[in-house]
Amino acid sequence: MDPIIILQAGVTTGTVLLFATLGEIFAERSGVLNLGVEGMMLLGAMSGFSVAVKTGNPWLGLVVAMLVGGLISQIHAFISITLQADQVVSGLSLTFLGTGISLVFGEGLSKAGTISLLPAFSIPLLTQIPFLGQIFFTNQSILVYLGYLITPLAWYYINRTRPGLHLRAVGEYPSAADALGINVFLTRYLYVFVGGAFAGLGGATISLAISPGWFSELTTGGQGWIAVGLVIFAQWDPFRAMGGAYAFGALRRLILDIQGPTMIFGLANPFYYNSYLGFFLQMLPYAFTVIVLILGSREAMRKRIGSPAALGNPYIRGERGL
Amino acid sequence: MAESTQINSRKRFPFKLQFEPRLDTPPGWFSAALQIGAVIAALILGGIIIAVVGANPFATYAHIAGASFGSIGVLSDTLVKATPILFTALACSIAFRMKLWNIGAEGQFIMGAFGASAVVLAPLLPATTSAWIFIPVMMLAGISFGAMWGFIPGILKARFKVNEIISSLMLNYIAISWMNFWVFGVWSEGGFQMSPKFPQTAWLPRLLDFGKSVPLFRGLTTHLGLLIGILVAIILWFVIYRSKWGYEIRLIGDNPTAANYAGINISKNVVMAMMLSGALAGLGGMSEITGVIHRLQTSPVAAGYGFTGIIVAWLAKLNPIVAIIVSVLFGALLLAGREIQPSGIPKMIQGIILVCLIASDFLLRYRVRIVRVGEEA
Repeated sequence: MDPIIILQAGVTTGTVLLFATLGEIFAERSGVLNLGVEGMMLLGAMSGFSVAVKTGNPWLGLVVAMLVGGLISQIHAFISITLQADQVVSGLSLTFLGTGISLVFGEGLSKAGTISLLPAFSIPLLTQIPFLGQIFFTNQSILVYLGYLITPLAWYYINRTRPGLHLRAVGEYPSAADALGINVFLTRYLYVFVGGAFAGLGGATISLAISPGWFSELTTGGQGWIAVGLVIFAQWDPFRAMGGAYAFGALRRLILDIQGPTMIFGLANPFYYNSYLGFFLQMLPYAFTVIVLILGSREAMRKRIGSPAALGNPYIRGERGL
Repeated sequence: MAESTQINSRKRFPFKLQFEPRLDTPPGWFSAALQIGAVIAALILGGIIIAVVGANPFATYAHIAGASFGSIGVLSDTLVKATPILFTALACSIAFRMKLWNIGAEGQFIMGAFGASAVVLAPLLPATTSAWIFIPVMMLAGISFGAMWGFIPGILKARFKVNEIISSLMLNYIAISWMNFWVFGVWSEGGFQMSPKFPQTAWLPRLLDFGKSVPLFRGLTTHLGLLIGILVAIILWFVIYRSKWGYEIRLIGDNPTAANYAGINISKNVVMAMMLSGALAGLGGMSEITGVIHRLQTSPVAAGYGFTGIIVAWLAKLNPIVAIIVSVLFGALLLAGREIQPSGIPKMIQGIILVCLIASDFLLRYRVRIVRVGEEA
């Protein structure tokens, strides 16, 4: 029940959510809602682990996971962008498909053997920073550091670069973007791919670094859906996504740790003596997602921040409106 | 009007596919044929993947057909599997009709099963109660708990504009933990992860109960839940297509702005539709627990019926009557799927079917023409 350890573990496990959330932010900023995150993460986790077991190279697993996530996302892209189908149903079907395929190809994978993990290390000088050094820079996986790098880069890319401007234009006002010569369809395909690759990376982060292995659907346990919820809470902003992801990570660790000690705040720990009370603790991340959604949408209403204006709408050339 | 979209055009090939928006509504048979075509395409794609992982797709499909329709005994088992799917499919149909994406049928199903179990296990009624009281009270409990679980995302959507997809899905996980708490803890039978068995009076009647007078029914486990489900489907059809409320929710689904101007209270209808949806799923949970499992236990209750219901509802084009037939087909898939290796195959096939269905809808809206390059205006 050491708060520093909980926060440190929160950053580690939160990295999974961070990647998935960042990817979904890219896709949604371009106007495509992809509810297939859970399926893409499972595929990423399965393919990454599978390749790492067979080749002994976790890096290769990571790359394959990102590719697989990106490729499978193109099914959603084709159905929702070219065939103009409802993005909600299409995304849902991608989750079913991803779950099913990863179960079929992941058959027997849980006993396939062990892998060499992606390296974890401390950053020499930064670990000396009181409190923060231990949380953020001590003995973290390389993927956690990757998260520190990618988040500001994603923010800068979306808000300060020309391709980022195009991305936002396509998500807010595709017909205007089209008139300016931006290829709306290609842009959307591209960012759905980016979203898929990030989701695959998130899945592989679980299976190759954080809790290595393949445990069928339990590998992600709904984290893909939490990521979709976090995007709304984050108001499509990478830095807010980072905060939210780490907070959720810390909550997961707190739930585990709270069941350990016999005494808590000087009282007998009910979760230690009645282990099945732990089921109420297990509800917390999901209940929190709902609460976070309520808070997020209230704040958005107050500040009049909306989702990307064209989110969820297929772009049809020449049709009136967005 | 939309300009024609062109894909698949090749430079040198003299012909290309051109897609034009349909101005007329295609005939009913076309839509049905398209659905069937999509399912066949899905089965072929699924077969390819099965072959890739090293199993024999023909043997797999033949096994599914034989193990689910091969004899009257397995046909009865198929119908047993179809019953919970029918309820969740009906639950999804009513919500989807309003473009209300309730994917929490799984959780509502679980809560319904929990509510019905509570009647026996709490106990609200003594074990000696007659079936004539037990069954209606359990139905009521299942319906109420399911409706309550549907009410939460409904009110969150109406009040706070919270996305119902995510909230209803999160409630699924919460429902599983909730059920686990009772199954592992309070109602655990001797430390096992299941509750004690219900008294016989709390069981839905099964065909085999009439085996003495009708020899054909011997050993058949099809239970009253199926009949209730079919009845509910017929009622639901009238509600959706022949009642004023049904018209209102269809209008909200098709054009919320128009519905708003017509003076229809959208928030109220969102909550009501979600509650009805939850109630139907909850009734399904009650039917499963009193008709098949006869005790509260996590894995057979949380078996993913809520998710299969989504696909069935979509395949049935949200039509409750068609959902009856489609449920039977998916019941067959699930029943046979238990023995198939790798065990993920039924789930994968469901996913592929849904993907193909959604993709095929494109052909309802667009007409495909093969045109000579340079010929089109």
